[in-house]
Amino acid sequence: AVEMRISCPSRSLPHALSERGFFCCFFHYFCVVLYHFVHSRPGSAERQDALLGRIVCLPDLVGNSLLGRSPAVFFPQHYFPLLGGAVLQVLHNVSTSLRGGLDCSVSFVSHILGKVCIHGRQKEILSVLVPHLTDLTKSDCIWQRICWWLVECVPDRWMEAVVLGFVQRAPGADVLSRLLGNLVVKNKKAQFVVTQKMLLLQYGYTTAVLQNLLGYLSLDGPRRALLIKVLQELLETWGSSSAVKHSPVEQQQYISKAILICLSHLKEPEIESCRQELLTSMMEGVKCHLESSLPQIRRLGMIVAESISSKINTDGPVLKFQVKVIVKFLSDQAAQSHIQPGLECLQGWGIHNLLGQPVPVLPLWANSCLYFVDSDDDLIPYDMSEDKELKKTKAPVYIRDCIEILTGSEDLDKWEEAVKALESLVRKNPAAAREVSVELAKILLHLEEKTCLEGFAELRQKAQVAVLTTDPIPVAQYLTSQFYSLNYSLRQRMDILDVLVLAAQELSCAKGRGKTKHSGAQNPRIQLLPESGSSKDWRRIVDERIKSKTRRLYFSFGQGQSQVEQPSRPNEFNSLAGHFFFPLIQNFDRPLSTFDLLGEDHFVLGRLVHTLAVLMYLAVNTMAVTAMGKALLEFVWALRFHTDSYVRQGLLSCVSSILLSVPAEHLLQDVTEELLETRSWLEDVAEKDPDGDCRRLALQNLLLMENLKKKLETAPS
Amino acid sequence: MAQPPPDPHFVLRGTSAAVHALRFSCGGEEPAVPILFSGSENGFIHVWNLKTHRVDAALDGHGRKSVYWLETMDGKDRLLSQGRDQRICLWDLAEGRTSVTDSVFTENVGFCRSSLLKVAQGRWLMAMAGKALEEVQVLELPSKTSVCTLKPEMGAKLGMPMCLKLWQGSCGSQPLLLAGYEDGSVLLWNLSTGKVLSQLVCHQEPVMSLDFDSEKAKGISGSSEKVLSIWSLNEQQNLQVQKTHRLVNAGISDITIRPDKKILATAGWDHRIRIFGWKKLKPLAVLDYHTATVHSVSFSDHKSPSDRLLAAGAKDHRISIWSIYTQT
Repeated sequence: AVEMRISCPSRSLPHALSERGFFCCFFHYFCVVLYHFVHSRPGSAERQDALLGRIVCLPDLVGNSLLGRSPAVFFPQHYFPLLGGAVLQVLHNVSTSLRGGLDCSVSFVSHILGKVCIHGRQKEILSVLVPHLTDLTKSDCIWQRICWWLVECVPDRWMEAVVLGFVQRAPGADVLSRLLGNLVVKNKKAQFVVTQKMLLLQYGYTTAVLQNLLGYLSLDGPRRALLIKVLQELLETWGSSSAVKHSPVEQQQYISKAILICLSHLKEPEIESCRQELLTSMMEGVKCHLESSLPQIRRLGMIVAESISSKINTDGPVLKFQVKVIVKFLSDQAAQSHIQPGLECLQGWGIHNLLGQPVPVLPLWANSCLYFVDSDDDLIPYDMSEDKELKKTKAPVYIRDCIEILTGSEDLDKWEEAVKALESLVRKNPAAAREVSVELAKILLHLEEKTCLEGFAELRQKAQVAVLTTDPIPVAQYLTSQFYSLNYSLRQRMDILDVLVLAAQELSCAKGRGKTKHSGAQNPRIQLLPESGSSKDWRRIVDERIKSKTRRLYFSFGQGQSQVEQPSRPNEFNSLAGHFFFPLIQNFDRPLSTFDLLGEDHFVLGRLVHTLAVLMYLAVNTMAVTAMGKALLEFVWALRFHTDSYVRQGLLSCVSSILLSVPAEHLLQDVTEELLETRSWLEDVAEKDPDGDCRRLALQNLLLMENLKKKLETAPS
Repeated sequence: MAQPPPDPHFVLRGTSAAVHALRFSCGGEEPAVPILFSGSENGFIHVWNLKTHRVDAALDGHGRKSVYWLETMDGKDRLLSQGRDQRICLWDLAEGRTSVTDSVFTENVGFCRSSLLKVAQGRWLMAMAGKALEEVQVLELPSKTSVCTLKPEMGAKLGMPMCLKLWQGSCGSQPLLLAGYEDGSVLLWNLSTGKVLSQLVCHQEPVMSLDFDSEKAKGISGSSEKVLSIWSLNEQQNLQVQKTHRLVNAGISDITIRPDKKILATAGWDHRIRIFGWKKLKPLAVLDYHTATVHSVSFSDHKSPSDRLLAAGAKDHRISIWSIYTQT
């Protein structure tokens, strides 16, 4: 009879009943039904299933039969909490029965729970169940037992949804442990979800969920074995070079977090038992992380490796990276010592976003200082800007003096002064600088830091740029030829690329906007700290320009104008673009004994590709631009399946530059086929590339192409 | 835009040697002339008339050895001077006399300036570096009887005393001595027991100079490094570092807090005089006039605040006189 009434509730219930009436009514129905199943032998499986379906799908059934005008109680956000209340009521009943020595079964209730969860209503039902069960299980072992039953009796096909729901909603690892018991040990499906799926296959969960999950694993003996297994698997993934190369940054970050949390749970004897394995996987992982060309991946590797090393070497030497940003990561944490030790780095991710740009955080005391009456305020300070470091020696006045000092002098003070003075000397005396330009370029390229001169790298770079812009052709020839010659360090080769870009930038726009700004703040500066990855700057510039360009195209299209507004200013780069560009693109596939761009030196390849993109962009309105575009498209085509996402990002930037710089008519006349090929590749990337930035860039490129097409269609032929 | 720093009020030239010590005596009633004493490397003490900016007298009492400390006892008629000839001389300058009436043989070969404190009418205490390496002696003047000899514990490895400051809290309390040592620490000595009350390591390098404000129980010290250290003395007579201030260039040879405790001046090895607010050590001015190390800074004791001067003596043989922050 119960089943019959449940099956057609909308007809059997008078519409006149108030909401509250509905509510009570249903609550009782559920209680009666559930109670029935708790105390009787299970009936036929089909009937039970049918009833289950009715109960769980009731909101849909009602909604369908009333054509969407169902009473509020049948809205899922009301109905499922109600159901949860009924489940609780029945569980109360079960608990009393058990205390009275009666035998009961919670299997039907478990089925209900499972079915609701798999229908995606975890939030609604568990938001009622979890807080109550948390309270009830606090000190009552019968309730704990009931709870364990409840989850253990959930059929395998629904287990995942239930476990996920509990892990995400439990307020802490200890609560989770009370609610689930040793479910992961007993149930294979649950074990798979917890130890594999949530950790290795998915990566969208918050740090709190991760902490819940791993804390739960660490809280009981049999589960601790799983924790160690999980750690080993995580480390395996972390240390696999293929995973580092191909999985998205977010996932790697997630896995690193999980590793750090695991480490913080490990105890001394457990570490002892797997120290060797930890060490091996750490070494492998560090290696493949440091090889990556993305700074955030390298940083992740260093953080995790440092943590592992400090955990396994309690007495011996500890791995320590001398990288500024790590120190910063940790020092930000000094104030928050209450958090778990293993997590201190993780919290840093909140402060520094993934790109490693510190988000300004106003310290608390800064506010209070504002209101503090400064009693020295009546004394007004004088200008103290002249208070600079005292110099011991005078700066050299002639370029030839500089050369002499930089090549031969043992006097370190003089040497420092020469490094500082060189840029302005070159700029002030272009004629004198031209006489010795190549020699200067050579000296600067080989110049090494002799003292701890602050900003040495920047000073040297500025001087190099000055030399290159003063006498572009011979110096560019020299630098580009040196890029592909033997016995240079990667650093020097990347210096060459940076200098070429900065000089090209200066040449292409300095005159038009006024002569004074040659090395001022208006030029985007390339920072040379390894973690800051100068290419980011370039990409930002290119991206910004693409964006502004895209909008302009739209605009002009909307206005019905066909002409693209190209920046119209004298471009000094015009006659020089080829000298910068072609020697660089020529030899990339010719490995030298010390330098293999297509092999392990892919980081330099990435920089080269980005450099080419910028040079291409800067060559807008020059004579050589079409030839350059064609050569670059071929280059992109040859490298399009490169495994390093940094290289791929560069290639996509190259495509953008080509689309922006080469006049549309030339693009269609000379490189139609290449363009079509590129387009299909772009579509592929936009859809399938594991790297988010690559996908975004590819989309941008497709958009650019689309605009180009529209523009040509509307253009009078 | 902040104002550019002022130029010197005037400059005294003519010592013909590096200036190491300065001492104003300007507290007298009219028609007494304000006076500045300066001690130079060639052993002369010049008496400058601050009305005419000329030398009134040049005293030669240290055998042409550098004079590096000057102090007056009750007005400008009695002057103490310490020189590299290991003597401290007491000069009688009243009524135009220029004679040494008494002297103490210190037997000390260091550069540590002594310190004088008036404890009662006609009774002074003078602390000076002693004969032994780490030792400080305290004498009573004018009787020259030894009050105590302060020796650090065996094995303390403090090195030579570098600077001394005798001071006394509110009336009647015990006089105490602050001493800065070669190893960078500052010690507070109890003169009656001869014991260390507190020790504070506030520098990595020798403490070159210190000054102490007994009202706020707060002091400042400078060393040959780039740091000024401000420390305070709490109720339990413990010295604690309050804050440090980083300088642009290393080396401080002298520090003086102005008698009204509003500002302080430092003499830098980088040729510059720096002015700070004393309450929070707010940097106020950098006075760049000298062309060599500044050895000494001193504030005048003018009765009227608006007349107050700052004098700085340097290795470039000049004494610059500044009038700065006089309106506060």
